[in-house]
Amino acid sequence: MLDELDKQIVAKMQDEFPLIPEPYKQLAEQLGISEDELLTRLRRYHRCGHIRKMGLVLRHREVGYKANALCACAVPEERLDEVGKQMAVSASVTHCYTRLPQPEWNYNFYIMLHASTREECRRIAAQLAKDAGVSDYVMLFSVREWKKTSMRYFSGQKHADEL
Amino acid sequence: MLTDFDKRLLNLIQTDLPLEKRPFAMIADKLGTNENEVIERLQFLKEQGFIRRIGPFFDSGRLGYVSTLVALKVRPERMGLVAKAVNRYCGVTHNYEREGDFNLWFALISPSVSAQTKVLAEIEKLAGVEQLISLPATRKFKVSVQFKL
Repeated sequence: MLDELDKQIVAKMQDEFPLIPEPYKQLAEQLGISEDELLTRLRRYHRCGHIRKMGLVLRHREVGYKANALCACAVPEERLDEVGKQMAVSASVTHCYTRLPQPEWNYNFYIMLHASTREECRRIAAQLAKDAGVSDYVMLFSVREWKKTSMRYFSGQKHADEL
Repeated sequence: MLTDFDKRLLNLIQTDLPLEKRPFAMIADKLGTNENEVIERLQFLKEQGFIRRIGPFFDSGRLGYVSTLVALKVRPERMGLVAKAVNRYCGVTHNYEREGDFNLWFALISPSVSAQTKVLAEIEKLAGVEQLISLPATRKFKVSVQFKL
């Protein structure tokens, strides 16, 4: 369970990360705790999976991955595990989930692909599908990014979602 | 243009920013340079727009939030208005217009199931939304937004 201080730390860590020699010291000072306390807690979140990654996220378009496609597949229930493990290995796949299908949308397995062109996305998807024995899939190419941001957890502000 | 040094730096920090007192000094050691060089270069790459965010990336589920992927069928002439109305929810982190009958796809993170239900009901009622389906993840095999440079 997360206590109040944990929530304050999570909220704080979503601010800009200071690019200075001792970033955690500055963040700890702003939180009114010691640097050791902050690092101990952050290491615990990392160990326990609250933090899934400590690092950075690139703007993928700027670094050359200009095409992205959400690929929705219909996979027999009993093959989900095998197909998931197999596709997750590919470096082109950044997200790989099973999802509850809906009556009007029968796809239960989703991968997110990033590549330099649409053609490359298509080629990668075709190869992955072939290797995994998946025949029914659709490529959902993005035509416009309306929003892309990071979630702010425990931000304290009451927002429209909670009113 | 990214230099070879930039690529090595970014590849290294993408998944492994040390939880240690002098994280950039540790990175510098691995790259055979000094702390200052790492910090200045990161600052530059951030200013140039290559870096979206530095720091911890949290697992929403582990923090007690619920998330789902939502697909909407939106009448094309209402797309802009619907997309902007969806964007106003701060739990909507990604919102993409895509090709196909379901033409607007967004990720929604909510503090509770009831909050999620309420948001989805509001969005479903927006003028121009013909259909809404919610596709919560049942199993995650991979979340790794990492690009080899």
